[in-house]
Amino acid sequence: MGYRKVAIVGAGITKFVRRAQETAKELAWQATKMALDSCELTLDDVDCVTLGTAPDAFDGVHMKGEYLADGAGAFRKPYMRHYVGGGTGIFSPIHGWFHVASGMADICLVVTEEKMSSCYPHPQGAFITIFDHTTEQPLKPTLIWIFALEMNRYMSTYGISKRDIALVSVKNKKNALDHPSAQLGGEITVDDVLNSEVLAWPVNRLDVSPASDGAAAIVLASERVARRLTDKPVWIDGVGFSLDTAYWATRDLCYPTYVENAARMAYDMAGITEPHKEIHVAEPYDPFDYKELHHMEGLMLCPKGEAARMTADGVTQRDGNLPTCPSGGALGVGNPIAATGLMKIIEIFLQLRGDAGKRQVPGKPRCGLAQAWGDLMQVGTVVVMRI
Amino acid sequence: MKLEDYELGGTPLRSSDIKKGNVLTTSWEPNLAYAWDDGVAIGRYLAELKNGRIIGRTCYKCNRIMIPPRMFCELCFRPSDEWVYCKDTGIVNTFSICHINWDASRRGPNEPPLIPAVIEIDGASKGMGILHMLSEVDPDDIKVGLKVKAVWKNPGERTGSITDILYFKPLRAPTKRAKATKKRAKATRKRK
Amino acid sequence: MAITEKITNTMKPTFWEGHIPVNYVYTYGHAGEKFFRAIKDKGTFLATYCSACDISYVPPKIYCDRCFTKLDRYIDVGTRGFIETFTVSFMNMDGSRKERPRILAMIRIVGTDGGLIHYIEGIGPDEIALGMPVQAVFKPKGKRTGAIDDIIGFGPVTRGRK
Ligand SMILES: [Zn+2]
Ligand SMILES: [Zn+2]
Repeated sequence: MGYRKVAIVGAGITKFVRRAQETAKELAWQATKMALDSCELTLDDVDCVTLGTAPDAFDGVHMKGEYLADGAGAFRKPYMRHYVGGGTGIFSPIHGWFHVASGMADICLVVTEEKMSSCYPHPQGAFITIFDHTTEQPLKPTLIWIFALEMNRYMSTYGISKRDIALVSVKNKKNALDHPSAQLGGEITVDDVLNSEVLAWPVNRLDVSPASDGAAAIVLASERVARRLTDKPVWIDGVGFSLDTAYWATRDLCYPTYVENAARMAYDMAGITEPHKEIHVAEPYDPFDYKELHHMEGLMLCPKGEAARMTADGVTQRDGNLPTCPSGGALGVGNPIAATGLMKIIEIFLQLRGDAGKRQVPGKPRCGLAQAWGDLMQVGTVVVMRI
Repeated sequence: MKLEDYELGGTPLRSSDIKKGNVLTTSWEPNLAYAWDDGVAIGRYLAELKNGRIIGRTCYKCNRIMIPPRMFCELCFRPSDEWVYCKDTGIVNTFSICHINWDASRRGPNEPPLIPAVIEIDGASKGMGILHMLSEVDPDDIKVGLKVKAVWKNPGERTGSITDILYFKPLRAPTKRAKATKKRAKATRKRK
Repeated sequence: MAITEKITNTMKPTFWEGHIPVNYVYTYGHAGEKFFRAIKDKGTFLATYCSACDISYVPPKIYCDRCFTKLDRYIDVGTRGFIETFTVSFMNMDGSRKERPRILAMIRIVGTDGGLIHYIEGIGPDEIALGMPVQAVFKPKGKRTGAIDDIIGFGPVTRGRK
């Protein structure tokens, strides 16, 4: 097809913290400046900027795209903001990819930021508004309900236990100990997860990623420019995104069809026919521990209902056959919504370059994948990358 | 590049830093209220709830009965066809036992947990569910597939709202045998 | 949908009312912290300056938005400015009439490229003009909290400290 090849050539990230002193703009600048410095570019080299950030209601800043523009390096440049809830961070590089693949730009900055700590009494108060205002909000829902309902449906359908699922949290929080941005890295056990406070059964406190402040940024370049900038460009070989119905209670919650659709789109573009063999390292979205399993199945990295067994067998550990969330994921590194997805992209970028330090998975991976999920649990976004 | 070679931004604060004024802050309480138009489909849905009935909408082309009702079918993208009453019974598709309130505050020791559920409404197409609450049931008795029935507010108290249904409760009380089995199971769990 | 089911009686449609139950606490960030501490403690304004772009920022920023250089030197730029533009407001937020009109202006701080939006005090709508020099009027030190309303407004320039 008529796209140009697009590479990631630089990356930047802040620490993920529960409450940052920096303003949203300052966080965005810290990550963006680091991304430019990492590939020795200046703002003058940048043709256009895209920005991913979740609802204005988190930061309490309307027109958040415009508010963040100077920190994202966007003044006096073509600039676009995009937003698909939790799926935003993986949609961001896709959005940037369009700019470069189309030939419109040679260098595109992709910036993501979230500052959830501004929101009181709790960011959950903003989440409530994603439920239908007339038929659902009067029941006073919390976002955790839909996760709990989905997790129960998933467990009931495939006969999976909480113990099986808790292994994901244990793995990701441990992996996060090696990530310099991590908010919640730690050595915990399955029993710690099971004995942590029950929020909304089957969801316990340690099944859940935290609310976070943070920012992440990458630099995308066309093939000609990328080869000049670095001898280790990481190519975006496939992108996919798909949305399911907002009548979320009317579809089967045990399987994320929208993730499968997004994955098929990305795999087709990347020429991948056997994802479980061809993908060497993956960063599925893990805002809750069962979501990593759910998404591995949607990504067709394993048969339906099998992700828990794969996890128990150690296949998804860093030294396993198919490492998942070697970064530590949203559960361990933290979950500043839009920035989380881009953190995952950055992890695959570093893993494929062999630059992941203590987090490096063995065996020189050559093909990786990052995925996110969001909106009212119905959007899937997928990026396949190769070195 | 390695992340480890950079000094990363992001300065962590404690909530006490804000309470004690160690850092300066400003605050804002948005003064926003909304009136969301019900439209045709949800307007009728709410009006029928006031009458103590649950109404759906058919799509002849897709051969399905949709709930909540909608005036167009999002699958075949044509106007939906006909109003149809559903029953006020259904089966539990999935459920949760929730110990927190909407703002993440914890429910008090004397407040029973909330039990939100997706309930597939009888008379609508298979899998067509709505979000609602369960009550008058021991959480241990709830299973995916449990048959439930709506408990309505008194006619005079209904306002045309989804909360005109107070909650759903099991269609049948648990049998004596089921009760005995549960008691045994509980006792065994305690010993462990 | 049959035509009979379209809304034709505009008195009949119903609606559902609600609000979004949130409030916000914003930190000022690194530059904002310094800026508002200087207002609170010293009654003066701070700027940052990018020598590469020859541009100064009031309120200060920790980066230059043109060249992205880190800015960490804070300069006291005093409290005087010029009226860059202004508007005379006759309405309250709820649309009711104000008892007396209030002037809101964009004030360019002397010697900088930055400025503040604030009220004008002690100058009437008939006297005000573009380019007019003004200076900040602060609340008494003990009443200042480190917020933009520590400044009561900008008024006529008086002699003494700049
Ligand atoms: Zn249809
Ligand atoms: Zn500059």
